[in-house]
Amino acid sequence: MDNFHTLTAVACPIDLINLNTDQILPARYLKWTRAMGLGNVLFQDLRFDAQGRERADFPLNNPAWRHAKVIVGARNFGCGSSRESAVYALYDYGIRCVIAPSFGDIFSGNAVQNGLLTAIVTDEEVAEIMAALVRAPKLALTIDLERQSILCNNRSYAFSIDPVRRMRLLNGWDDIALTESYRDRIAAFRTGVHAQRPWTFPHS
Amino acid sequence: MPQPQTIIDKLWSAHEILRRDDGESLLWVDRHYVHEGSFHAFAKVAARNAKVAEPQLTFAVTDHYVPTRRPHSEISNPELARMVRQLEENTAAHGITLFGLDDPRQGIVHVVGPEQGLTLPGLLIVCGDSHTSTHGALGAYAFGIGASEVAHVLMTQTIWQKKPKKMRITVDGATAPGVSAKDIVLAVIAHIGADGATGCALEFSGAAIRALSIEGRLTLCNMSIEAGARCGIVAPDAATFSYLKGRPYAPSGAQLDQAVEFWSKLSTDSDATFERDVTLDAKNVAPIVTWGTSPEDALPIDASVPDPAREANTERAAHWRDALAYMGLAPGNRLTDIAIDRVFIGSCTNARIEDLRAAAAVLAGRTSKVPGLVSAGSSLVKQQAEQEGLDRVFREAGLQWGESGCSMCVGLNGDLVAPGERCASTTNRNFRGRQGPGARTHLMSPAMVAAAAVKGHLADVRELLAGRKV
Repeated sequence: MDNFHTLTAVACPIDLINLNTDQILPARYLKWTRAMGLGNVLFQDLRFDAQGRERADFPLNNPAWRHAKVIVGARNFGCGSSRESAVYALYDYGIRCVIAPSFGDIFSGNAVQNGLLTAIVTDEEVAEIMAALVRAPKLALTIDLERQSILCNNRSYAFSIDPVRRMRLLNGWDDIALTESYRDRIAAFRTGVHAQRPWTFPHS
Repeated sequence: MPQPQTIIDKLWSAHEILRRDDGESLLWVDRHYVHEGSFHAFAKVAARNAKVAEPQLTFAVTDHYVPTRRPHSEISNPELARMVRQLEENTAAHGITLFGLDDPRQGIVHVVGPEQGLTLPGLLIVCGDSHTSTHGALGAYAFGIGASEVAHVLMTQTIWQKKPKKMRITVDGATAPGVSAKDIVLAVIAHIGADGATGCALEFSGAAIRALSIEGRLTLCNMSIEAGARCGIVAPDAATFSYLKGRPYAPSGAQLDQAVEFWSKLSTDSDATFERDVTLDAKNVAPIVTWGTSPEDALPIDASVPDPAREANTERAAHWRDALAYMGLAPGNRLTDIAIDRVFIGSCTNARIEDLRAAAAVLAGRTSKVPGLVSAGSSLVKQQAEQEGLDRVFREAGLQWGESGCSMCVGLNGDLVAPGERCASTTNRNFRGRQGPGARTHLMSPAMVAAAAVKGHLADVRELLAGRKV
């Protein structure tokens, strides 16, 4: 996994609450492997109409925001289905950070596994950042994970992120290698479960 | 005196292998369910040349990609067939039990787990599917995870988690006839919002919850993810133990006695506290339908479509405008005036035997004004429904009786609502395009879907239940 330190990039505002993972990546692409180009079908049904023409009013189709690496979203971004492919689609499109007042739990867990930063600011701050981006679409934001800050138009916003997730993104940890370092404790715990709650091991 | 604990604390500490200084805990996983969508995770395991750590604690089901119209266990669509074959190959390679296409126990993973007695009180259960919260109905700590975490569980039988906040939803009183678990949970989501429980483990308690059957509790916990909750839990009780008795993978004999003794302690101590407490009175819950594109857009059936111009919260007003445009509705439309094109009865939310009985009770001797599909939650539920003659009720009403799978809930297996079509559905998500690109979904209970079928528009089931035995 790539780690994340700082990023200065164009940011695309998408002002839709409860923007769920079915919108980020429609179900019909879930059978695709990542190599098939999930980034190309990011927000497919919001970006394109049924004939495959771009919807001019979807922000990511605005020429200024087409190559954004940051999305500024509304509350409950990424709610719904647990599909990690939604994160693959965002990442493979080029998105490295989503800023929003709140995120779906499973989505933000999936994001950290793939080097995508989910930064939380208040509703009011999101509204201010979005307004600044609408006024000056080419404005670049600078996101500093070490300092947990977003610089927008000379104004600095502090963002929050779970400290464990922050460390993971900064260091690009490999979870499985880490877990395997606790192999003996896992084995001992398993023995205890087997002795105390034998019914949890099914035999039919 | 030991510190009073919630059921959430008890389940958590029973699975915590270790806690790091940063607050992250490594948890033991008792049960891991996988399905066709788990192929990303199996690829990650293969990329490391790793083995599945505990194949006997891992169970696989084909559900997401199986067509509901499938003669002789064959899938004609090559892409769907490939998804199923991939799971067959991955489970065979790792020695994992698969309830596959030609297995009589096949069905939707969240129906099959409890049905087989694989889901038990006190277990920690994960699956790469957000509706894994369903299994909390039996007093398990169950939650959905992404592909990277599925791979981690396959390789280590553990998962890293930070302890969530604790929230309790108490539903007191008793529900009126015609009001089901689906109505209760839609009322809860409308009340707290689609992110009202984000970051929280949720316990459901109160007299109205206790009065629910296990099927009803499964519906309730299934939808807790639609309020953003990590998991939903109902403390196990006599109804739970009785439901589990004799199920194939459930303990029996002396081991059952030992288990019940442990399970009986899995309830919240009287003095234990939650970060958040919400209380509702069941007598105020009416049959509910959704009108918009989020499960929080839910109203009693006798209400009208809300007016964004009268909503003070600008963000919500913008969502309502967007939702109304997508749904083809106008402010002030009476919900009972909304004509439908199709009905669907199925999904992990509402396709258990009790759900099919509730729908059939309304449809018996009546005709559906619109086409529709009924897909039982599992092949065993389908078999039981056929023994009870419910399939005949659905067929005689003009509905199709399909095989079991995720079907028209998920838009993956060929069962789709056509663009612009309006569907009354027993599913869990009314998201844009969820049932197919351009599809318009109204969520409601099985009885309410049956009422909509009979009337051809959204309708109050209570009017159709007069004089009927339910």
